[in-house]
Amino acid sequence: MIPVAFDYHRPSSVDEAIELLSDDAKLLAGGHSLLPAMKLRLSSPGALIDIGRISELNYIRDDGGTIAIGATTTHHQIESSDLVSANASALAQAASVIGDPQVRNKGTIGGSLAHADPAADYPAAILALGAEIVVRGPDGGRSIPADEFFIDLFLTALAPDEIITEVRVPAADKSAYVKFPHPASRFAVVGCAVASTGGAVKVAFTGVANAAFRDSGVEEALSGGLSEESIAAAAAQAADGQEVLADHFAGEEYRRHLAKVFARKALAAIA
Amino acid sequence: MGVIGQSVKRVEDQRFITGKGRYTDDIALPNSTFAAIVRSPHAHAAINNVDTTAAAAADGVVAIFTGADLEAAGVGGLPCGWQVDFKSGDTMKEPAHPVLAATKVRHVGDPVAIVLAESREQAADAAELVVVDYEVLDAVVSATQATAEGAPQLFDDAPNNTPFDWELGDQAATDAALASAAHVTTLEFDNQRLIPNAIEPRCAIGDYDGARDHYTLYTSSQNPHVIRLLMTAFVLGLPEHKVRVVSPDVGGGFGSKIFHYAEEVLVTWCSRQIGRPVKWTASRSEAFLTDAHGRDHHTKVDLGLDADGNFVGLRVKTVANLGAYLSTFAPCVPTYLYGTLLQGLYTTPAVHVDVTGVFTNTTPVDALRGAGRPEATYVLERTVEQAALETGRDPAQLRSQNFIPAFDGVEQEGYQTQVALQYDSGNYGAALEKALAAIGYDELRAEQAQARAAGNGRHIGIGFSTYIEACGIAPSAVVGALGARAGLFESAGVRVQPTGKVTVFTGSHSHGQGHETTFAQVVADGLGVGIEDVDIIHGDTESVPFGMGTYGSRSLAVGGTAIVKSMDKIKEKGAKIAAHLLEAAEEDLEFAEGSWTVKGTDQSIAFGEVALAAYVPHNFPEGLEPGLEFTSFYDPANFTFPFGAHIAVVEVDAETGVVAVRRYVAVDDVGNIVNPMIVEGQVHGGITHGIGQALFEEAVYDDSGQLISGSYMDYVLPRADDLPSFETDHTVTPCPHNPLGVKGAGETGTIGSPPAIVNAVLDALWPLGVRDLAMPLTPQKVWQAIQQAS
Repeated sequence: MIPVAFDYHRPSSVDEAIELLSDDAKLLAGGHSLLPAMKLRLSSPGALIDIGRISELNYIRDDGGTIAIGATTTHHQIESSDLVSANASALAQAASVIGDPQVRNKGTIGGSLAHADPAADYPAAILALGAEIVVRGPDGGRSIPADEFFIDLFLTALAPDEIITEVRVPAADKSAYVKFPHPASRFAVVGCAVASTGGAVKVAFTGVANAAFRDSGVEEALSGGLSEESIAAAAAQAADGQEVLADHFAGEEYRRHLAKVFARKALAAIA
Repeated sequence: MGVIGQSVKRVEDQRFITGKGRYTDDIALPNSTFAAIVRSPHAHAAINNVDTTAAAAADGVVAIFTGADLEAAGVGGLPCGWQVDFKSGDTMKEPAHPVLAATKVRHVGDPVAIVLAESREQAADAAELVVVDYEVLDAVVSATQATAEGAPQLFDDAPNNTPFDWELGDQAATDAALASAAHVTTLEFDNQRLIPNAIEPRCAIGDYDGARDHYTLYTSSQNPHVIRLLMTAFVLGLPEHKVRVVSPDVGGGFGSKIFHYAEEVLVTWCSRQIGRPVKWTASRSEAFLTDAHGRDHHTKVDLGLDADGNFVGLRVKTVANLGAYLSTFAPCVPTYLYGTLLQGLYTTPAVHVDVTGVFTNTTPVDALRGAGRPEATYVLERTVEQAALETGRDPAQLRSQNFIPAFDGVEQEGYQTQVALQYDSGNYGAALEKALAAIGYDELRAEQAQARAAGNGRHIGIGFSTYIEACGIAPSAVVGALGARAGLFESAGVRVQPTGKVTVFTGSHSHGQGHETTFAQVVADGLGVGIEDVDIIHGDTESVPFGMGTYGSRSLAVGGTAIVKSMDKIKEKGAKIAAHLLEAAEEDLEFAEGSWTVKGTDQSIAFGEVALAAYVPHNFPEGLEPGLEFTSFYDPANFTFPFGAHIAVVEVDAETGVVAVRRYVAVDDVGNIVNPMIVEGQVHGGITHGIGQALFEEAVYDDSGQLISGSYMDYVLPRADDLPSFETDHTVTPCPHNPLGVKGAGETGTIGSPPAIVNAVLDALWPLGVRDLAMPLTPQKVWQAIQQAS
């Protein structure tokens, strides 16, 4: 439980942090995923760049119908934001069920998205809400749509020399996130986020596969609108055709079943 | 009157809740080195070579020792403290348990080398540079596969991976009873492996003082004297008086800190080699891999009933997974602490139990809170409930009609079971009646029937467990005849200071039980002094008399009685001094509320005055020694037998398989109660622990012997939001053979609760066709059982 020795940097600006980034360096935000991995020596970066105190990265603001959230905004700030609750409740609900209060007081949205744990809560909400992840690197910035961001287990579209600076979440008419937590880790065994805007419904899962994903089958089944019947029919197809994770706590069959159950619960919440 | 029976606040909590407890890891000795242990990543492998060259050259490394070094120095293996011979009479197979593996590793985490460095960090870095050339062998993990033909063999000198087999009871009578029974309920199940999870990881510091040729071992242990005896006499061959073992505050153990571990030997021996202190603190990962695990039985059980529902015979066949080596008390747990409890609370006239202990490539298994009795209770109570469900009888009524009638152990004799034990006193029906009343049984059954009729998806279940257990394992002569290689008495020195304040030196040792409070209450009551005038000293072999430590809920019944015996001697001598000072006859005096009074007069003398006279003996009885201090050793006449009735109410979400515990009523009889608050705390913790086993906890190995539930990401401990508010109550049937009338309360909850929960879930799902469920009842398992049944 002792990490390998590393250098520690605490830049005061994003530009300074980008300059410090190298193949051997890792960004440290809340540290709630990185530090445990380092203590188990599963990860041994030569340097940590602590961006936790860069104040320009910590905010939640209304940007004309879109909510702009700084990368180091904590889960607690997100779960307790009226702006997020009113316009993107799936995100607030996801934030509110991450870990425990200590985790939510330290962990950050940028850190969680960059880490891309397959069972993390945010990715489903980010996908369902159609958010964009704003990143910056040595050559400037770009904005990555959520649909292109999550690639595989702990793998995202983020380049090694880029930093997430902001998450832009469009306001939805209605949205919700429900999860079945693992009783030990409290990560999502299955998490389902749904959002409807102008009649169009997006449905995304976390915990079910190697990376969070939008479930187009379920979404198509809802093209005629949300009714008790359409929800039941749509939820019954959840994760169909998807390669599904299996572990000792939840094998494939059970996990598929939970995906259907939690799709129904999530959709019922916005119907 | 009196402080016994009062919920006195725990005096130790001031330091614990303000962060001022002093645990082994808090001890920082000057010039200390720090140890990291190189452990096997394989479950079973031959060691071809250990190359320490690169590690020895790493920054800060002071020394590295391997199994070969220890062998060359003549360091012995870790001893086993209990011998269980084969049914055939053959001696138990007791293969060597090396402190560091030299030629072969037998479980993941088996220690191979120790690296000493100037800092913990340097030791951890260097340990990664030790290169061990392993030749990986096939592993065997499960108890049932260990004796299969062609199974990998752990030891040359333990054929068939079997160190012992054992039986108890009348096999012929049992077979005959079952053959003629009107109904036989048969079940086959595992009692899963658990990991103890003390909040304080194990820690040990060795400190050799060359000037005095003297060793000190600080270790997070439940029984420092036992560790000293085992380590000096059996492993290191050191003179016992040259070794001091100190166990300061200990942050929980659940049994796992009873045993003598390799790291205790290593830090002690290494300190002598390098002439500096050596400190080792387990990481949480090491705790998962190397703290002795608990349970892991595979059992087949048959319970026979006659046409009226009376139990006629019980046959139990168990394979007990002991892990890779015989841990200190491993052989006694699945035998004498298990088979002897299979009578339960029932009059079953024929009982037979057959046990085979087996080695596997897993962490050694030994006593874990309850130790044998939870396994026995699960076998009985799970099976009794099944019999009730199968025969359509009310489970409370079925139990009731088979209960042993009430007996107090004084007017009526103790109850002789079919499996060796004689119960001390019991009134089993009273506990069940009280529990039924508390839960509102009839209303609950009505609610259940209504929910079933409504078909509204609410699956309510009610589950019972009426248990008995055995605490304060004793007497020494009997356990010695059964294979124990230790006595099971307890010691207490009571020193009255000249001012009348009292210091108690107890051989038992708190690892969270609150002895400093409970024992102080016993002394305050006995000598009429204030609780604040009593100090309890434990955990240091240099200050307390030889004692056996704390396990098996023995501390108050055995250690408390030793205190009472010393107080009796103090009062006897005090009376002589008081009589002299009062110029009265000793037989005319009575002692009450801290004073000796001449009966029928107002002439009295206070305890403090007598104490002062004992140390300033100017005016003193002729021929009487000065001083007021006695040490006593108490060897109990028998175990004590707490019992109780637990009822769980659960609701199952059939869609997800999630079990919610709605209510939990526990009526326990632990004999007389000294501190109700502490007992209630123990009961709450115990029930939580037992619900943990029923619903959540499970050590999972894959087929290659890797522990895949080796962290809190996967190993599920129960949390507050998993639990209802427990409803606890007591009946009081005093123990007839100790002066306090106490029985023990530390394990009752853990013993009683698992079958109550499982039975409740089964009761909920029985109408759906579910007939069996295996612990832990994870949502997936419950959901699958419902799918398969419907």
